[in-house]
Amino acid sequence: MSALALESPRVATRLLPRRALTSHASYLEAYGPLPRLDSGRLLDEIERSGLSGRGGAGFPTGRKLRAVAAGRSPVVVANGTEGEPASAKDKVLLARNPHLVIDGVVAAAAAVGADGAVVVVSRADAAGYARLEALLRERPDAAHVGLEAAPEGFLTGEESALVHWLNGGPAKPTMTPPRPFERGVNGRPTLVQNVETLANIALIARRGASWFRKPGTDDEPGSVLVTLLGAVRTPGVSETELGAPIAEVVERHGGLTERAQALLVGGYFGSWLPGSALGRRLSRTALGVSLGARTLVALPARSCGLVETARIVRYLAGQSAGQCGPCVFGLGALASAIESVAACDDRAAHSHARLARLSEQIAGRGACAHPDGAVRLLASALDIFAGEVDAHLDGVCTATDTRSVLPWS
Amino acid sequence: MELKVNPIRCEAYGLCSELLPELVELDEWGYPIVDGRPVPPELVRDARRAAAMCPRLALTLAQR
Amino acid sequence: MTGWYLMRATGIVSLVLFTLVTVLGIATAARLGPRRGPRFVTLGLHRSMSLLAVVFIGIHVTTAILDPYAHVSALAAIVPFTARWRPLAVGLGTVSLDLVAALIVTSLLRRHLSLRVWRGVHLLAYVSWPVAVWHTIGAGSDWSSGWARAIVTGCVASVLLAALYRLPRPGRLPKHLAAQVRP
Repeated sequence: MSALALESPRVATRLLPRRALTSHASYLEAYGPLPRLDSGRLLDEIERSGLSGRGGAGFPTGRKLRAVAAGRSPVVVANGTEGEPASAKDKVLLARNPHLVIDGVVAAAAAVGADGAVVVVSRADAAGYARLEALLRERPDAAHVGLEAAPEGFLTGEESALVHWLNGGPAKPTMTPPRPFERGVNGRPTLVQNVETLANIALIARRGASWFRKPGTDDEPGSVLVTLLGAVRTPGVSETELGAPIAEVVERHGGLTERAQALLVGGYFGSWLPGSALGRRLSRTALGVSLGARTLVALPARSCGLVETARIVRYLAGQSAGQCGPCVFGLGALASAIESVAACDDRAAHSHARLARLSEQIAGRGACAHPDGAVRLLASALDIFAGEVDAHLDGVCTATDTRSVLPWS
Repeated sequence: MELKVNPIRCEAYGLCSELLPELVELDEWGYPIVDGRPVPPELVRDARRAAAMCPRLALTLAQR
Repeated sequence: MTGWYLMRATGIVSLVLFTLVTVLGIATAARLGPRRGPRFVTLGLHRSMSLLAVVFIGIHVTTAILDPYAHVSALAAIVPFTARWRPLAVGLGTVSLDLVAALIVTSLLRRHLSLRVWRGVHLLAYVSWPVAVWHTIGAGSDWSSGWARAIVTGCVASVLLAALYRLPRPGRLPKHLAAQVRP
C-alpha cells in the first residue's frame, strides 16, 4: 500500500491501513518519514486543525498542548488502556498501526518540549504489550519513550487516575484541580492523550491542518475510529469521518441483522438514542449527544433496553474507585433499583420511583465524572425506553431475548 | 465565600451538618450535600467552625 | 515542699485528663455521641480537654524541674532517660511528653500538613498514653497508696474498654455503610 492512501480526502485508510503495518519498513513505505519537527509550527498546525481528544472527553488538542508546552519539564503519556469493555478501537489501532502512534508520541513530545514519554496499555492485553515492547526496540528515535502496563479497570484510563498510578499510587482518580496538564507525573506538567489522538498528530505533522480538515465537518473535523456492536453482521472497528451517515458505517459492518430499536452512542458513559438515529449523521451536532469514544451499539429489537441498561449500571457501580460515598453507595442503590425495574419484580414500582431521587443525590458529588456518566446513561434509558418502563411496571417485559448484547470482560 | 466538600476525604462523620444545618444537608447515606450558593455573611463564622470541626478536613471555606 | 505535692497532684490529674482525651478520641473515631445530642460534642470535648491536659502536664513538668527534691533537669524533661533520679521512670515521662508535644503541634498545624502525616503522628497517642501510665506507676511515689492505684486502674480500664469496643470496627465507616462497601 502506498502513501497515496493518504490522499483520499474521505476516510478509509488514514489511521487504519487495510493490513497491519508492524514492521517499521512497511510503515515507512506507506506513510513516508516523519518530517523534522519545529515545535512552534507543529503547535500552530494542531491548533488550526481543530483536532479534539479522541478518547472520549473531546477537549481541543491544540489548547491542551499549548498549556503543557508552557510548563517546565513536561512529560507525555499515551493512553492506550481503553478501560471500557465495549470499545476496541485503541487495541485495533495499536495492533494495526503502532508506528503511527509512536510517531504521534514523538511528535507530541517535540511539540511540548518533553524529554520523556510513556505509552500505557492495559495488563489484560499481554500480546499488545509484548508487541509494543519489541517494536520500541527497533525505533532509535523513540529511545525516550517508555512502556507500561496498567491494571485493568474502567477508571484506569481516567486522566488523573492514570497519572496517580504512574506516580506509584493506585489507579484511582484524584481531586482536581490541579489537572495533569499543570501537575502530573512527578509533579511535572503532563500531556495525557489518547493513542488515536496521537496518531492524528503524527498525520498532521506530515500533511498539515488543511489536509486533516478535509473529511468531517467544520465544527468536528477529521476522521475517527468507531467501534460498532450489536445487531450488525460484522461487529468491530472501522474508520470513518465525523459527520458521516451512520447508515454508511453500518453498511461497512455488513448491515443490520435485524431491526435496531435503539442506538447506544458513546459506550457505557454515553446516551441511548431511538433507532431512528441510525438514519442520522455521526456528529455531536446531528445527534445532540456526546460521541464519547465512539462506541456504538445497535440494540436488536428482540432485546430489552432496560435489562441491558441495568447490566451497564451494575458494572459501573462495581467499577467505582470506592473513594467517594455518593458514588459507592449511590451507584449501588441505583443499580439495584434499575435491576428491580428490569426484572419486573414486585418492588418495581417503588424502585422506579426511587430512580429520580437517587440520580439527583449522586450527580456531581464524586471526585470524578464516573457517577455522572452512570446517571446520564440511566436518564437516557428511561427516556428512550419509556414504553418498556410502562410495560415493566405492569409486570411485562416485551423482549424475546434478554441475553447480553454487550461484552463484559 | 464558598463552601466545598472534598468527596475523597469525606467519611460521613456528619459533624458539618450538625454545626451548619442551614447549608449542609446529609444524603441518605450520611454524606454532606453542600448548598452551592455563596455563604451569607451571618453564617461565615459557623461555616468556619464547621470546617474546623471536620475530622478529615474535608470541608473547606474559601474565597470564590 | 509544696512543689513536690503539686508535682504529684498534677501528675495524677494529667493522667486522668490524658485518659479522658484518649477515650474521647476513640469515641470520635467510632462516631459516638451523647444519646440524643449532636456528635460534634465528642470531638469538641476531645480537643478542649487535650488543651486542659497540656496545662496540667505543663505544671507537672515545671514543678518537677523546679523542685529540688525531684532532681529533674530541664534537659531531662525533653531528652528521655537523661535524669539522675529514676532515669527509666522519669525518661518514660519524657517520652510521653515528647509524643504529646508532637500530637499537639501537628494538630494545631493540621491545615498545613498532609492527612497522612497528621494521622500517622496522631496514632502515636496509642504509644504515648500507655507510656504515661508506665511512667506514673514507675515514677509516681504514690503508687503504694490505694487511691492512686484505684485511679490508675480506672484509667487503664476505661481505655481498654474503649479500645476493645473500637477494635472490631477498625474500618473508618459507620457500621451500616461499611457492610455495603466491597472489600
